[in-house]
Amino acid sequence: MQKVGKQTIKFDNPPTILETASIVGPKEAQGPLSKYFDMLLEDEFWGEKTWEKAESKIIKEAVNMVITKSGLSADSIDYCFAGDLLNQCISSSFGLRELNIPYFGIFGACSTFVEGMILSSILAEGKAANNVLFAASSHFCSAEKQFRFPLELGNQRPPTSQWTVTGAGSAIISATGSGPYVTYATPGKIVDKGIKDANNMGAAMAPAAVDTLLTHFKDTGRNPSYYDAIISGDLGYIGKEIVIEMLQTYGYKVKSNYNDCGVLIFDKEKQDTHSGGSGCACCGTVFSGYLFNQMKAKKYKKILLIATGALTNATTSQQGESIPGIAHAAAIEI
Amino acid sequence: MNEFFSSLNIMDYVWCFIVGGIICIIGQILIDKTKITSARILVLFVTAGAILGGLGIYQYIVDFAGAGATVPITGFGYNLAKGAIKGVSESGLLGAFTGGIRAAAGGIAAAVFFGYLASLIAKPKMKKQ
Amino acid sequence: MEKIQTNKQYQDYVDQKSPNSPILKNCFNAFWVGGLICSIGQLILDFCAYRGLNEETAGSICSIILIGISAFLTGLNLFNKIGKFAGAGTIVPITGFSNSIVSPAIEYKSEGYIMGVGAKMFTVAGPVLVYGISASILVGIVYLIFNTQSITLV
Repeated sequence: MQKVGKQTIKFDNPPTILETASIVGPKEAQGPLSKYFDMLLEDEFWGEKTWEKAESKIIKEAVNMVITKSGLSADSIDYCFAGDLLNQCISSSFGLRELNIPYFGIFGACSTFVEGMILSSILAEGKAANNVLFAASSHFCSAEKQFRFPLELGNQRPPTSQWTVTGAGSAIISATGSGPYVTYATPGKIVDKGIKDANNMGAAMAPAAVDTLLTHFKDTGRNPSYYDAIISGDLGYIGKEIVIEMLQTYGYKVKSNYNDCGVLIFDKEKQDTHSGGSGCACCGTVFSGYLFNQMKAKKYKKILLIATGALTNATTSQQGESIPGIAHAAAIEI
Repeated sequence: MNEFFSSLNIMDYVWCFIVGGIICIIGQILIDKTKITSARILVLFVTAGAILGGLGIYQYIVDFAGAGATVPITGFGYNLAKGAIKGVSESGLLGAFTGGIRAAAGGIAAAVFFGYLASLIAKPKMKKQ
Repeated sequence: MEKIQTNKQYQDYVDQKSPNSPILKNCFNAFWVGGLICSIGQLILDFCAYRGLNEETAGSICSIILIGISAFLTGLNLFNKIGKFAGAGTIVPITGFSNSIVSPAIEYKSEGYIMGVGAKMFTVAGPVLVYGISASILVGIVYLIFNTQSITLV
């Protein structure tokens, strides 16, 4: 493991993503990626009394599922990283309180999934652990309640708004294995271009994604065309277009192999999701369900996964603060 | 009942519909063009209604459009202001404090009571779209 | 496209990139739904007048009925669907005030009936009461001042 360039980590003995698991809510289950997810929920409460409990259950079951799928015993997992959007990351800590694995709660807003992936890879490569688990969750209803308005309020969503994905993605990183490997990681800087509109998160996060992508290309000496797919976390339709156009001004053409999880997970026309999906589970489930599957099937051999996060909360947006963005990238290859 | 319906004046309803609709259009334009939230729109409208009510201007709209002016939240502001003025003329300064809420008491109490009732019975549900 | 350097440039670029709300369609729906709600109100007022009730009582009854109907629709999880379609057409009439009290009451039920329902009921509509009542008291005081100096304002 070594640092290359300005802020990229090169893994000399790349850790393997051993297994992934994904659980999604009913709306995601009606989306175009439906068949790739491990479990589809029929109702957002999943038998629980509150949205918060439902989200905890989703991440808990996603974690249990990845352990079962991997064939490892829970004892052989050394550490886990998990995070979500609710205050103090309670979905993760409440969901995993019975897990009995040393736990790090992490917050990177919607970039949490790749943040967990990078930290897990560092532990595995640094010989501090053999197997590290990471997971991230979000829930449309708990997020609306915390960040926006009660669900029953009869307001209209502007066309720039995004739809928080209900679900959780989880994965296990192993120090040894036969791939897919995490080969490079480029943790991102906080970038704030002064966007204040909480209904336009894609635009608020896009500059962070551009910054991390530019740094990644420069640090690794790779071109965008090196990757079969460059997939951002939850920039949605507007953020995706901004990234394509801004990268072009720096001489990088990504249009043909670049896409966004928020664009992939919903059918914009049929599901009326406006600018696309968002939330920790957006990147988490699309990677754990769809992308990992495509890599196992060798349809994608090299991907760059770049999860984006809006580091804001309801208080700061009421106080008129702008929205700082962040983007973490990880190169995954077989 | 037939007698009631035949007593209705159709033009009252035309103007009620048009004026009520226009007040809503003003709100819609504010929402779409300025990105201010619906809570702020309601505050703006209720305050505007109270001020226009105090200046006596809103009374003309009410006389002209009936429920088209009183049902929108501006009418709630107008009603509060009208009540306060009435209170002042009946009992002076104290009336400024008691008159407004007295006039709007039915609406406020109903919203609180029905809100509580609904919370006992209803459960939040996912928006489908 | 030029390289974006300043925040101002980026904000302008984002504004140009972001789709606008379909304002004509929204206004049309707001107009007819809002107009319809007001007409229902007028029907209630007229019926009260027909039954010989005075204007003030009729107004209160009208508000209570409309508030009751929208509370009921909110409880059935239907109001947000109508609101999504009609926008300001349901927010601006008294129905929107009712919805903004009832919806947090239902949502925060999970935090209990005291600090959940009781306290959070006013998270959206509280400001309406604060500003509406304060404005009416100011109007009353101004009226008092002008009236005692025998300048008629109203």
